[in-house]
Amino acid sequence: MSQYVPHTPAETQAMLAELGLVGIGELFADVPNSVKLTAPVPLPNGLSTLETMQAMEELANQNIRYHLTLRGAGSYDHFIPPLVKQITGKEEFVTAYTPYQAELSQGILQSIFEYQTMICELTGMDVSNAGVYDGATAAAESAVMCRERKRTVTLVSACAHPDTLAVMRTYCYGTGDELRMIPEKDGHTDLAALRAMLGDDVASVYIQQPNFYGILEDVSALFATAKAGGAKCILGANPMTLSVLPSGSEVGADIVCGDVQPFGLPMAFGGPSAGYMAATTAMQRKLPGRIVGQTTDAQGRRAFVLTLQAREQHIRREKASSNICSNQAHCALTASVYATYLGQKGIEAVANSCMAKAHAFAGMLTAIPGITLRHTGEFFHEFVTNLPIAPEKVEAALEAEGILSGLPVDGGMLWCVTEKAGKAQLLGVAELVKEACAK
Amino acid sequence: MSDTVLLSYEKSVQGRGSEIIPALDVPAYHLPEKFVRRAAPALPQLAEIDVDRHYTELAHRAYGVNCGFYPLGSCTMKYNPAVNEAAAALPGFTGAHPLAPTHAVQGCRAVMDELARDLCDIAGMDAFTLQPAAGAHGELMGMLCVKAYHESRGDEKRVKMLVPDSAHGTNPASAAMAGFTVVNVPSRTDGCVDLDALSTLLGDDIAGMMMTNPNTLGLFEKDILKISRMVHASGGLMYYDGANLNAILGVARPGDMGFDVTHLNLHKTFSTPHGGGGPGSGPVGVKALLVPFLPKVASLGQESKLQMKAFNGNFAVMVRALTYLKALGGNNLRSVAEHAVLNANYLMKRLKAVGYTPAKDVPCMHEFVLSLEALKEEYGVSALDIAKSLIDHGMHPPTMYFPMIVHEALMFEPTETETRETLDHAAEVMATLLLEAHQNPEAMHSAPHNAVIGRPDEVKAARNPILRWKPEQ
Repeated sequence: MSQYVPHTPAETQAMLAELGLVGIGELFADVPNSVKLTAPVPLPNGLSTLETMQAMEELANQNIRYHLTLRGAGSYDHFIPPLVKQITGKEEFVTAYTPYQAELSQGILQSIFEYQTMICELTGMDVSNAGVYDGATAAAESAVMCRERKRTVTLVSACAHPDTLAVMRTYCYGTGDELRMIPEKDGHTDLAALRAMLGDDVASVYIQQPNFYGILEDVSALFATAKAGGAKCILGANPMTLSVLPSGSEVGADIVCGDVQPFGLPMAFGGPSAGYMAATTAMQRKLPGRIVGQTTDAQGRRAFVLTLQAREQHIRREKASSNICSNQAHCALTASVYATYLGQKGIEAVANSCMAKAHAFAGMLTAIPGITLRHTGEFFHEFVTNLPIAPEKVEAALEAEGILSGLPVDGGMLWCVTEKAGKAQLLGVAELVKEACAK
Repeated sequence: MSDTVLLSYEKSVQGRGSEIIPALDVPAYHLPEKFVRRAAPALPQLAEIDVDRHYTELAHRAYGVNCGFYPLGSCTMKYNPAVNEAAAALPGFTGAHPLAPTHAVQGCRAVMDELARDLCDIAGMDAFTLQPAAGAHGELMGMLCVKAYHESRGDEKRVKMLVPDSAHGTNPASAAMAGFTVVNVPSRTDGCVDLDALSTLLGDDIAGMMMTNPNTLGLFEKDILKISRMVHASGGLMYYDGANLNAILGVARPGDMGFDVTHLNLHKTFSTPHGGGGPGSGPVGVKALLVPFLPKVASLGQESKLQMKAFNGNFAVMVRALTYLKALGGNNLRSVAEHAVLNANYLMKRLKAVGYTPAKDVPCMHEFVLSLEALKEEYGVSALDIAKSLIDHGMHPPTMYFPMIVHEALMFEPTETETRETLDHAAEVMATLLLEAHQNPEAMHSAPHNAVIGRPDEVKAARNPILRWKPEQ
């Protein structure tokens, strides 16, 4: 008997007897014999806790552990303070369900209300939902929010993350709506092309900032053009940049969305994280998913509840704004704990550190003969370089020293530097790259 | 415990904060003005000790499976083993970059391959994608697979999806997001799908049918083979909502019941924690005919038609589920279902003995539904009143007012991880509440009385939404 079923054989028999049954198989009398399994499912036998842990450690050890990661492209290696892990490990946060029962769940509900406040502050928007699956699905759901009867087409920048584009395309396949790509020009979204693409059928324009190549887009100009064409404006933003770069409201966004992974969540092979979505008050009733609101109880005490539920699947069924139930609450909590701990100054310090180190490293790399920046324009903490040799060679040379290089893209490399890299380390990496290129 | 906990924003003191990173060892970089934010975000400024205590206070005002009985029907709130958390926190996993070269993430790939194989064996399917992030997300993926399948055959008139009236709300919502028109299938008085009604709905415009088995009343759909044969004969596909798989783990498999596509909930059947509302994971399994439509693993900007999420899905949740399956083993799978069903029938019998009325007075699977309609009529005490009173007794209420086809419904799912003593205690508490309902019904309308808040004013919350803190409040 596994430790996950606490009944002793005697208890099982006694409970069966109370039901007037003898054998436990009698509980499945309603399952036709024709569909009953006649042999156990062929999984290995259960292991003790010690053996289980050893087996999982063995698997984890099959991964290469790098001591420095210079790869981002949507998943970022930031420092996660011990306090964040300690707080988010509290079992009441880990093992609770969605806070349907407000009286038992004020702690969870308040943490979500604080998360929503954080997202509103970072984005400069009026309202935030409690979170969605990830940044890519947040972008797809944002596009859904903007569709109206005659305006159904979404224009997306070709400079957005390829996975975001793929997920948006998948959601469009479901609803039968059209996604059109705004072409790239020197690592930027082509403004002139956008202007030509706008029309009566365009519902929204999606721009990612910084874009996939790390380049800062002139979002204000792109959105002013989109607005003039009658389209809604969706900004996809890495939250780590938002304390430094103009907020969504400052660039004229109707919706701001993105992924909170940089805020205290490990890369963990890509998940889980949470997607955030913030919008103007005018659009709040179109937001998908959970939203927490403040109210009072009969005694006038402040209380938090899930609210505006008339949008949701358990009430509206097929007419709901989305089918989503979960808000990745624990990931949203983690992001909120991270931001609460670091505070306004701390977040800004991390953002500025990333930016400074990335620029210093770009300087070190471009001092190497044959290495140049691929695009002109400002960047935050990611940038693409051309290389005189195949990027896979650089990747291998760095891996031999325990370093994960930038991501090979179109013969060059997309680098990312975070606050975790020290100057001496970066100089060492540049030296290794130089050696590899000279070979 | 105090009545209210100030928001972190209200505790903020200008100038407080923590230094977690070193001073810059390279020159600062200054962006041109047009790329610089004008108004700084007002994030809290707190001392480290206050951050710690703030969240400790919030945790004390939350209730998880570790706190006590959580018989939330359809949610499978089983114990979340500690070893799962330890495995998911292994640095080899947490530090893996999703776009690292394949040879560098062999451990992650092995976790995913092994879990997918296990799920194929458990569900009787030919292949699984682990990409969907939750049950509803898996439903959408499954619906899109069905759509892509019919399209690939040039069979484009199949635009309708059949959904029983007892289904989870996500079923019709997911079908609608995939572009299907939802057609409701009525239930018979015994709570199962009405086959006569079904046969009149079938035709060449039906893309498929979504079913949960056992259904949301906790009843096994005995006619399942007949139903899948009927749907297949009309050219439709069968979708299995895996929310209730715990009832039949190791006993029967959706793949053997005629289902072509299914999602499973790793956060229900496979013991991964719910986290206060996610992250979960909703892998989708398919029969061979749908394999071409599944997303491929871990290649950026992949060519497959359907991609549900960035990267590889909720990997850390997969690690927990695989850890659970390793500890449990094939030899104990069936015991999970057996004791889940035993506990549910035992609790139902105890509750019936103290005077409650099951919605369907027949043996159940892993969950059952009470109807409190008579209590409401006679004493004015509703399912809501009983649920809220349970909070005063340190128990999480069952699911309320679902399924919609039962009036004054309370849906209990005890799960296999609860002991007989816990079930006996729950039955005693429920007996006390019934007595109270008879003797002092008025008091129950304002329950709970001992929680940190009384019933919140939900109408006010929706009418004048306050969705964030603002300094002037």
